[in-house]
Amino acid sequence: MYEKTLAEQSRMLANGDCSSAELTTHYLDRIARLDKELNTMVSVNADVAMEAAKRADEQRSSGTQKPLLGVPMVHKDIFCVAGGRTTCGSRMLEHFQAPYSATVVNKLNDAGMVTLGKANMDEFAMGSSNENSYFGPVKNPWQHDCVPGGSSGGSAALVAARLAPMATGTDTGGSIRQPAAFCGLTGIKPTYGRVSRYGMIAFASSLDQAGPLAISAEDCAMVLQAMAGFDERDSTSSQQAVPDFSASLNQPIEGLKIGVPEEYFSAGLDDAVATHVRAALAEFEKLGAKLVSISLPNQGLCIPAYYVVAPAEASSNLSRFDGVRFGYRCDNPVDLEDLYTRSRGEGFGAEVKRRIMIGTYALSAGYYDAYYLKAQQVRRLISNDFENAFKEVDVIAGPTTPTPAFQTGAKTDDPVAMYLNDLFTVSANLSGLPAMSLPCGEVNGLPVGLQMTGQYFDEARLLHAAHRYQQVTDWHQRMPSGIE
Amino acid sequence: MALSTDDIRQIAHLARIGLDESAIEPLRDDLSTVLNLVEQLNAVDTAGVEPMAHPGNAELRLREDKVSEQDQRDALQAPAPATEQGYFLVPRVIE
Repeated sequence: MYEKTLAEQSRMLANGDCSSAELTTHYLDRIARLDKELNTMVSVNADVAMEAAKRADEQRSSGTQKPLLGVPMVHKDIFCVAGGRTTCGSRMLEHFQAPYSATVVNKLNDAGMVTLGKANMDEFAMGSSNENSYFGPVKNPWQHDCVPGGSSGGSAALVAARLAPMATGTDTGGSIRQPAAFCGLTGIKPTYGRVSRYGMIAFASSLDQAGPLAISAEDCAMVLQAMAGFDERDSTSSQQAVPDFSASLNQPIEGLKIGVPEEYFSAGLDDAVATHVRAALAEFEKLGAKLVSISLPNQGLCIPAYYVVAPAEASSNLSRFDGVRFGYRCDNPVDLEDLYTRSRGEGFGAEVKRRIMIGTYALSAGYYDAYYLKAQQVRRLISNDFENAFKEVDVIAGPTTPTPAFQTGAKTDDPVAMYLNDLFTVSANLSGLPAMSLPCGEVNGLPVGLQMTGQYFDEARLLHAAHRYQQVTDWHQRMPSGIE
Repeated sequence: MALSTDDIRQIAHLARIGLDESAIEPLRDDLSTVLNLVEQLNAVDTAGVEPMAHPGNAELRLREDKVSEQDQRDALQAPAPATEQGYFLVPRVIE
């Protein structure tokens, strides 16, 4: 059953070909067999999952028809789930029990989904390789000596290994799309404000968004439908109406104008990745799309701007972890200052400390204008580039990452080399535009991702184009070996 | 831009992050590298460009001023390391 997509499982459940209890048992068994090696999950709650599955089966037998009813899934451990542990990949929250659940969690529960457990991740979502988790690194199921990407690395690796048909993720600079690319999955970061962030532990509040990682665009459309929508508990939640993301999936894409930024194909991009991305674009042309060469002149400034804005916001958001109200507290503090500094010094890992300190510096007296304000101005220029490009095109396409997955440990000593993984992904967060990654090739046995960026609140068009591509290609259906 | 070890101590103090002495030099090197990357921004002409704090409409939505939450003090304090009679406990600050 694990080879099936979420959409296929939804139809099987609707037709009575299997029960949620059977599906859930199947996946729990796979997790027990395969996850010791991969380390994709930080907690598994079999009893709660089986109860939810039985409830779903009862609802279905009493006539309830909901597309996600009884379909198993996993939440990235950044989403608070009341009654269990929510760690955010950190020692700081190793024993944290959230007093309430995230809106995304409640919405997917209401849709009838069955939560199998919580996925490993880079600590506080800071990382591009899932090597920054307090609970140990995650292995890429395609090649175990390679990273799965990050920060939603556990989510991506577990879906790639078919330990669940779908997992939630969050994306602040590429944390859904980059691991989706590294693990051969389809993942979407919706428009800023599209999905509620209530109960989702904050990293950088002007950039964070939540979305699904799954096998196909059709799967993502179904899950995003249940995740999206206005939430009065999130002050940045959008009141924009949510369209039916699945309604137009099968329409032709004849005439779709795809912008191809010349800047994406310059230095830094692996040749083999470029070849696959060009081939994917040619496939879109065959489907009737028109390729238009465009320019995003400030693309080269995305990483520098991002690595001011994101750490600055992180330093502010993470000031709440003070050893007083929740989270880790050091032993025997001698005074309040000692309580703060040792709780934070011992509770946070190396990368989180680095980012908090970069942000603290950028926001400190005398440097605010030179760093933070400057970065916000450059952010505007980057955003304007997209606004101009979208006067001519419907979507923008290019590579998701400069290279396929790299070896574990290869970039841990050089933060800037690690940050350059996000070269093509951070612009969607800086601008707030929706963007997705879908598999479009393989290099030496590792998947390659195609990124598509859309206009504000135009996720439907991205999902539609991706679905059409997946009707004529099979990259998204390929699985790593050794996961039987 | 190259930071000094004293800069690192000062930033760590501002961020209230306790550091082992042995962590200071590696952090100085890492943070200097990141600041060098970031300094590319200085070459950009941003005269008259409106800073962008977050995407879309910058206006924050206001809600009606009415009670929306129930009292959940006990539940919200349950994850705290130390509480007493509804207060969060910290080491003595006033002698």
